[in-house]
Amino acid sequence: MKPSPAERELSREEVARYSRHLLLPEVGPGGQKALKAASVLIVGGGGLGSPAAMYLAAAGVGTLGIADPDVVELTNLQRQLLHKTADIGRPKTDSARETIGGINPHVNVQRMKLRLDSGNALEILSPYDVIIDGSDNFPTRYLLNDACVILGKPNVYGSVFRFEGQVSVFNPTVGGPCYRCLYPAPPPPGLVQSCAEGGVLGVLPGIIGSLQALEAIKLIIGQGDTLTGKLLLFDALGTKFRELTLNRNPDCPVCGHNPTIRTLIDYEDFCGVRALGDQEGGGEEITVEELKERLDRGEDIFILDVREPQEYGICNLGGHLIPPGELPARIAELDRSREIVVYCKTGIRSARAIETLRQKGFTKLRNLKGGINAWADRIDPTMARY
Amino acid sequence: MTARVLLFGGIREIAGADSVELDIPEGGTTENMLDALTRAHPGIGRWRPFLRVAVNREYTAGAAPVSAGDEIAVIPPVSGG
Repeated sequence: MKPSPAERELSREEVARYSRHLLLPEVGPGGQKALKAASVLIVGGGGLGSPAAMYLAAAGVGTLGIADPDVVELTNLQRQLLHKTADIGRPKTDSARETIGGINPHVNVQRMKLRLDSGNALEILSPYDVIIDGSDNFPTRYLLNDACVILGKPNVYGSVFRFEGQVSVFNPTVGGPCYRCLYPAPPPPGLVQSCAEGGVLGVLPGIIGSLQALEAIKLIIGQGDTLTGKLLLFDALGTKFRELTLNRNPDCPVCGHNPTIRTLIDYEDFCGVRALGDQEGGGEEITVEELKERLDRGEDIFILDVREPQEYGICNLGGHLIPPGELPARIAELDRSREIVVYCKTGIRSARAIETLRQKGFTKLRNLKGGINAWADRIDPTMARY
Repeated sequence: MTARVLLFGGIREIAGADSVELDIPEGGTTENMLDALTRAHPGIGRWRPFLRVAVNREYTAGAAPVSAGDEIAVIPPVSGG
């Protein structure tokens, strides 16, 4: 993968292309050649990965890997600038390569249409100099963190939710903390909403992903101060940046003095959606078809909607709305003697709500499998799907 | 003493505000603050093991002391990308 020294020389075209970099003493020909020789893996070709990939390509990073298992969806286009309307249904890795090639044909783009897991992560990460975490889920974030610690690679972390973003550089090889120093273990599924559940302002990942590209460039050219040992919080509603100091945790389970994690973990295997569904047992789920049939028969079923009010406004089944955060305080609104069908968008938050209700002594609970999205897909095609 | 606490991520919505004022004992700690926060907003209770607290823009671990006038921020993990 490493180019030979001759290949690292800049052509006449490249000198012109990168002239604004070459004029900066901090970059100059040395920095530009370092960028050309560098390889960066971007995990997730979505909201964060889009600006990161586009700026790194424009900056002249020689090799860019893009790992993403998904195809482009209409709901992506509000923020994922790598992909265009005509790309809907295509692998994100394909549209990413086209967009990057259009920006800078000198970039060698390596497409990986796959999900990282404990079996492939070390092999996929090892050829790259810098890893950018633009993933959208906790299992991948923990996997990437652990793999970067094991391989000794800098992990440029970014994450967004609604109007808030976080950026940091996890680089234990230079004494900095890692993601597990910050959050030692992943939260259970259903606790923390994803962007698909909670929403995200489209420009926010644009800002955070651009900061990730900035940090990667400084790591490559060895200039400036990176966010190693610091976490930058950005609040888009207040337009406020806060820099928080984060120290390495000597007891960190992966980068501490006595690490207990030495191999990669597939969190979805035991704390993911599947595991949560298993706890309920098969009898506790109800399909949208069964619910429709029983409602049509006029059966007495109480429908509990555990989404947020704005989601209820997009579409609903006429159920009683209690947002998940308010559920513990509003249990008195529910009747233990009636059968309660609980639903959310996809079935994850409702599974968690059922867990909460069961702990409070409720027994007649059913989780609507696939949530209201399944209802929109299979029962009422006129219903908005979000 | 009264502490003003900044909230981030998913717990903002549960509290319905981006900051809250909490009564904590004089000479109290971040743990006392989290006790008061979860008392005021029971929905935050199940988040507690996953919350990190920063005092004066430095992440703390365990029961760290807090004083009147400190900037206290409670930051849950976020995963969106």
